[in-house]
Amino acid sequence: MNLLKLSWKNLTNKPLSMALSLVLFALGIGLISLLMLLEKQLQENFEKNLAGIDLVVGAKGSPLQLILNSMYHIDAPTGNISIKEIKPFLNPKHPLIQEAVPMAMGDSYRGYRIVGTDQNILSWYDAKIAEGKVWEKNFEVTIGAGIAEDLGLKLGDQFRSSHGFVEDENLEHADADAFKVVGILEPSGSVMDQLILTTVQSFWLVHEHEEGDHAGHNHAVVPKPLIEEDETKEITSILIKFKGRNYQALNMQRSINENTDMQAATPAIEINRLFSLMNTGEQALRILAIVITFVSGLSIFISLFSSLKDRKYELALMRTMGAGPSKLFFLIILEGLLLAIMGYVIGIILSHGGMNFVAGAMKDAYRYSFSAWEFLRQEWYLLFGALAIGFLAAILPAWQASRTDIAETLTEGA
Amino acid sequence: MLKSEGLTYQYNSGPSLTFPDISCERGEHWLLLGQSGSGKTTLLNLLAGLRTPKSGKVQVGDTVVNKLSASKLDQFRGQHIGIIFQQSHFVRALTVEENLALAQKLAGMKVDYQKVESLLERLNLGHKLKSKTRDLSVGEQQRVAIARALVNEPIVILADEPTSALDDVNTAHVIQLLKEQASAADATLMIVTHDNRLKVQFEKQIQL
Repeated sequence: MNLLKLSWKNLTNKPLSMALSLVLFALGIGLISLLMLLEKQLQENFEKNLAGIDLVVGAKGSPLQLILNSMYHIDAPTGNISIKEIKPFLNPKHPLIQEAVPMAMGDSYRGYRIVGTDQNILSWYDAKIAEGKVWEKNFEVTIGAGIAEDLGLKLGDQFRSSHGFVEDENLEHADADAFKVVGILEPSGSVMDQLILTTVQSFWLVHEHEEGDHAGHNHAVVPKPLIEEDETKEITSILIKFKGRNYQALNMQRSINENTDMQAATPAIEINRLFSLMNTGEQALRILAIVITFVSGLSIFISLFSSLKDRKYELALMRTMGAGPSKLFFLIILEGLLLAIMGYVIGIILSHGGMNFVAGAMKDAYRYSFSAWEFLRQEWYLLFGALAIGFLAAILPAWQASRTDIAETLTEGA
Repeated sequence: MLKSEGLTYQYNSGPSLTFPDISCERGEHWLLLGQSGSGKTTLLNLLAGLRTPKSGKVQVGDTVVNKLSASKLDQFRGQHIGIIFQQSHFVRALTVEENLALAQKLAGMKVDYQKVESLLERLNLGHKLKSKTRDLSVGEQQRVAIARALVNEPIVILADEPTSALDDVNTAHVIQLLKEQASAADATLMIVTHDNRLKVQFEKQIQL
């Protein structure tokens, strides 16, 4: 019968008042931890996918939307831009551009986005082939590891794309050629895991069929380089890496925005803007979490303090049985700490359970993968914070308990 | 044995109380009689080391109780003085068995569940081992309180008005039980009471 066991029994002897303190405490801790997890994983996800891209050029509209759509594959495209307009960027001799990758978007297969692009994009995201090969001909696709796993697609499997990004059978391009899986990527933790990659020309071919231009010939050929294609054809956007971030490069963004019908956006700036937008909401939630935690500390304090009144006889009794004042002090402190530890554990389970839920929702909505069971170092700091609250809430009741006067208590009214 | 010499005590602003000297040998059974307000509970508190006398000394065995430091006194009391209060109080979160084990633990003794069990058997409480104390009848609670006072084999057993709430039959029963158990443990028994029914049962009496 040691002190720890005794304080445990004291707590469980009054399950209702314990439950109230515990629920509050767990809510506060859980909310704080969930916010930390979300922030960390969002930032990680966004930063991992920056992939060294310096500039995104697309149709006029919201720069944030352009970035979200072209790089993170959430939100809708801003519109189209023609090959004629982007030809300078595709020129390998451009003095400022190291590499540029076209993006043709707007179709999907069972909720996963199909992107018409060129093979260079793989090296930008450090994506490697796990099985099969990189797409070369039209209607060949290389798919991300996440899709292969989720949809059970294998090499050689064929499918038809749908218009738009939602899963809807009515929107299927039924007359167009089927895409054929020729390669599967290794998991890279980037957006590549969630994309279906093919040639830009495949996109055009799918949509030409829609317009009734059906010739019945074989499309499965290696297409021409984009720079030699018909200037009236359109793509969604183009991702650009500069040779170096210098004055001229910065100027290029401004001149695109001022002198063309296109817009150019810098991913790092737009993502920072997004984070600062989210920060406001996050701040409010954080304050709420802190208030809940504070109130739960108060509730621990009150329940310990009021339990002292009920327990003054048994505390005095324990003194007559040989327990010194310090033992009673630690008994009450232990009760506070035990509550804090239990609240912390429940809170962490809640937050990771919540994260599991968020991860599922994010995967369904955006095809983004969040991991629910990754633990942060900050969660250890949170444990120390929880213990500190438990300790502080218990210290006054504990001091009160240690001052229990045996004779006065046990013989009063006798 | 239990001895006191020249004991006086003063409440905060009250008059000073003076108590007669006491000298009880080991194994003797004593009755301390006095009307309400005569200071008999104060004397019991002094003897148990629950209050510190203004002057004089209390000796239990070979130890002068009121010379011990606070923490030594707590431990000495736990190990060598068994106290039965007028009302039985327990640690409510614990079972009968655990309450007795706690008394061993807090006194710094080894927790010995076998001893606890046999003691409770002896007091006809063997079947209540795992009960919560609040589920016991008043009589049973009092027996558990007696068992708790005995569990560390004290030299002195002090009982404060153990019979004030009991009818004649139960009074006789409890007194007999206390005497038996004190004799079995070879402990000095001192019962503090205003209950004149007990007078006939004790040869050795102190009147306040």
